[in-house]
Amino acid sequence: MKYFTELFQAIDASTKTNDKITALVEYFRKAEDQDKVWAIALLTGNKPKRPVKTTDLRLWASEIAKLPLWLIEESYYVVGDLAETLAHIVGNSDAVKGEEIPLHVVIMQLKDLLTAPIEDKKDFIQTFWLKGNKAENFVFNKLITGNFRIGLSKQSVIRALSIYLEKEEKEIAHRLMGKWNPAKETMNSLFSEESLVSKDYLPYPFFLAYPLEESPSSFLGDINDWFLEKKYDGIRGQIIIRNSQVYVWSRGEELLTDKFPEFHILNGYLPDGTVIDGEIIPWKEGTPLPFGIMQTRIGRKNLSAKALAEAPLVMVCYDLMEYEGVDIRHWPLEDRRKKLLELIGSEVLETLLIPSPLVKLDTWEEVAHFRKNAREEFCEGLMIKKKNSPYETGRRRGSWWKWKTDPMTIDGVLIYAQSGSGRRANLLTDYTFAVWDGDLLVPFAKAYSGLKDKEILKLDKWARRNTVEKFGPVRSVKPELVFEIAFEGINKSTRHKSGVALRFPRIARWREDKPAIEANTKDDLVAILNSVHSE
Amino acid sequence: MIQFRSEGIFCPQADVYIDPWSPVNKAIITHGHSDHARPGHKEYLCHTLSKEILKLRLGSEISIQTLAYDETIFINGVKISLHPAGHIIGSAQVRLEYQGEVWVISGDYKVFNDGVSTPFEVVKCNSFVTESTFGLPIYDFDPFEKIYTDMNDWWQNNSKDGFNSVIIGYSLGKAQNILQHLETNDTRIFLHGAVANINDALRFSGFDFKGERLGENFDRKKLLGDIIVAPMSVIGSPWLRKFQPYRIAVCSGWMALRGARRRYGVDKGIVLSDHCDFKQLNYAIRETGAENVYVTHGYQSIYAKWLRESYGLNAVEIKTMFEPNQAEEIEEGL
Repeated sequence: MKYFTELFQAIDASTKTNDKITALVEYFRKAEDQDKVWAIALLTGNKPKRPVKTTDLRLWASEIAKLPLWLIEESYYVVGDLAETLAHIVGNSDAVKGEEIPLHVVIMQLKDLLTAPIEDKKDFIQTFWLKGNKAENFVFNKLITGNFRIGLSKQSVIRALSIYLEKEEKEIAHRLMGKWNPAKETMNSLFSEESLVSKDYLPYPFFLAYPLEESPSSFLGDINDWFLEKKYDGIRGQIIIRNSQVYVWSRGEELLTDKFPEFHILNGYLPDGTVIDGEIIPWKEGTPLPFGIMQTRIGRKNLSAKALAEAPLVMVCYDLMEYEGVDIRHWPLEDRRKKLLELIGSEVLETLLIPSPLVKLDTWEEVAHFRKNAREEFCEGLMIKKKNSPYETGRRRGSWWKWKTDPMTIDGVLIYAQSGSGRRANLLTDYTFAVWDGDLLVPFAKAYSGLKDKEILKLDKWARRNTVEKFGPVRSVKPELVFEIAFEGINKSTRHKSGVALRFPRIARWREDKPAIEANTKDDLVAILNSVHSE
Repeated sequence: MIQFRSEGIFCPQADVYIDPWSPVNKAIITHGHSDHARPGHKEYLCHTLSKEILKLRLGSEISIQTLAYDETIFINGVKISLHPAGHIIGSAQVRLEYQGEVWVISGDYKVFNDGVSTPFEVVKCNSFVTESTFGLPIYDFDPFEKIYTDMNDWWQNNSKDGFNSVIIGYSLGKAQNILQHLETNDTRIFLHGAVANINDALRFSGFDFKGERLGENFDRKKLLGDIIVAPMSVIGSPWLRKFQPYRIAVCSGWMALRGARRRYGVDKGIVLSDHCDFKQLNYAIRETGAENVYVTHGYQSIYAKWLRESYGLNAVEIKTMFEPNQAEEIEEGL
C-alpha cells in the first residue's frame, strides 16, 4: 500500500492539476497491475462496500487510544472527516512499518471481513492500525469508509491513463463508463483492444455544455451557425439499444433501466445499435412538469401504477451517437440530428421520445430576451450548439454552451450555523436560513456555498461571537444577518416548516444593507411557489 | 486569589493583571504576541528578553520593568516570579504565591524544546491556568527533529527543481524557530520586513539569526533556489509574485489537519507549532501537581471535561473574549 499512500499524499498536497497527473502517471509506471485496477476504481468513485460500521470503528479506535468516545466525537466535529480523525487518534507516526501489503490484497482482506464475525473484524483493523503509520492508516480508513474525494477529477485520471497507456482520452473514457467490478477486471480486460466488444451495455462518455457567463453576441458569431434548444431540468440520460436489449444510463453513469419501465418497449421499435442522448423528464399533455414530480418516483424500489401515472416520463431527445451499430459521434450535429428525427419520427414513439424542439430566433438580442424569460417557456434557459459540432467527451469550451436564466431569489435570516467538512472543517460554513411568519422565523433552506473565502471567515467569527445556544456541532445565532438566497426551483413540501422545498439553494450575496426585519416572509415564498406552478 | 475579569486575569491582592486586553494600571505580560501584549497599560512587567519586542510593538516610551527567570519580587505581600514557558523567546509562566497558595498562569507554552527559547519548566502549584489551542487528541505533533528534517528536505528538493522556497511563519517566534533550524550552506535566506524587524529587536538582546532583509531595491533576478521567510499576510498578495518560480509552505500547528492545509492552498503544510499538542498539555498539567485547572483559549470546554473525567482534576472552562479562528491565529503565531 506504500505506493498508493504516496500517490494519495502527492495528489492531496498539490493544487495543480498537472502535478496530480504527473503523480498518477508515475504511480501507474511502478505499481503492480492489480493495484492499478483498484486505484483507478477508487479514484473514479467506484468504492468498495463498507465492511464495518463506522460506530464500531470509533469504538475500536477509542480502545486503542484509551480515549472516551465522546472525545472522539468532538474531535470528529473539528476534523470533519472520520477516516482522518481516527488516523490521528490511533496515530502511530513512529511505527516501524511492517511488511508491505499490496493495495489489492488489503482490499480483498477488507472484503472478506464483510461476512466475518465482529471479533475478527475488530482484530484485523486494530492490528493494522498498530502496525501502520498515520498516512497509511488514513488511506486504510478511507478504504473502509469509502470516500476518495481528494480534488481529483475523473478527467485527470483518464488523462493520466492516456499518457501511461498511450491511448486516446476518448477511448479511455469510454472504457471507464458505468459501474465495473475491479475484482473481476485486469488492466488488460479493461483497456485491451478486444475488451470493448463484449461490453455492449456501455454508454458513451457524455458531452457536456460549458456554462455561458455573459451574452454570447460578442463571440459566438453568426447565429445561423447554431442550434438553439430549450434547456430542461430533468435527468440527462442515454438510451442504448443493442442486441435487442434496452439500457438507460444517467449522466452520473448509473444504470437506471429499472427505474424507467416506460422505455422497456423501445427494443421493439428501434433498431439494434442505436444510442440516443437526451433529457428524461416528466411530461404531460405537451408540457414538462416540475422536476420535483419525478423525484417522488426516482427513489422508489417498486414503481406502482399510480406512481407511473402521476409522473409519466419521456425523453426529450437531442442527439444520436450510434446508428446501425456505428459510432457516428464525429458526424456534424446537423447530420446526427437529421438521422435522429428519422429514427424516432414514428407515431408509436411520439409519446415516449420527443425530439428536442429547436427555438427559432434571429438575433442574439432575441436569445438574451428568451433566456431572461425562460421560465415562462417552461425551461431553465437555452442550449446553444454549433450545427457542425462533433459529439465530444467531457465538459469542453467551444461548440456546446448552456445559458441558464437567472435564479429566483429570496432574502432570509441566518439562524443556525454548523461546521462544514473537508476543506471547511472547523469553520462554520453550513447555514440555515429562515423567513418571517408573523413574529416567528421559520427555516426554509440550508445553504453551503456562495460565499467567498474572506466572507466565510468573517461570518465564522461573527457566528462564534453571537452564538445563542450550541447543540453538538450546530449553533443557533442571533437572528441579525440577512442573505439573499438563490434557487432553481420551488415545490410544496410537507416536511419543511416553511411548507416549501427549494432546489439548489445557495447564497447569492450577503445583504449587509438589510436589517433582519426586512427579510422576506413565508407569504413571499408561497407567492413565488404559486407563480411558478400556476402556469 | 485570582479573578477572571472582563479586562483579563486579575490578582486583587497585588492589584495586577496578567495579559489584560483592556488598559489597566499594572500588567504582567507573559510574552510579546499581540493577543497577550496589548497597548495602553500604565506599567508593564515582563521577562528581560521580551523588553525589546514590547518596545518595538507598543512604542519605546512605555514603562517597562523586567525580571529574569526565577527572579522574585513582592507586591503587597504577593510573591511573584517568572518561569520559562518555552513558547517563544522571552515567554514566561507567571507564578503568584500568597499565604501559602500558589497559582501559575502559563500564558502560551510548549513542552518540546525548539532550541531557541528557554525550555519549558514545570512549576508546582495549587492552581494552574492553561491554554487549550490544540487540546484535542487529533493534535499529535511529531518530534521537532523529524519536522526540521522534513522542512530541510523540502526546500532542498525545491532548490534542486529550480524553485525558490517561501516559508510562512509568524514573524515573532515561529520565524526564529524556522531560521534556527534551516540547514543552509551557500543557499541564501531572505527575510520579509516584519521578520527582519523582529530579528533586529532581538539583536539588542544578544540573538543573531541568519537571513538578509529584502530591501526596496531588491533585484528579483538574483534569486535562484533561495529561501524566503515571511509572515502569513503575504499569502495571496502581489509581494509574493516577484519570487516566481517558487513553492510555498506554511508552518503552523493547524497544518495537522488536511482541511486547513487545503484551505490555504499552499504547496506544503509543516506541522511546526509553538503550542502544546494534546499529549504535551496532559503531561504539563499533571506535572504541576495542580488540583485546580483553569482552561482558556481553544477547546476549553472539551478539554476541561477531559481533565475532569480522566484525571479527576477540578478543571473549569474559562470563557475568553475570543473564540479561536484559524485565519487570525496563524497570524498570532500558533
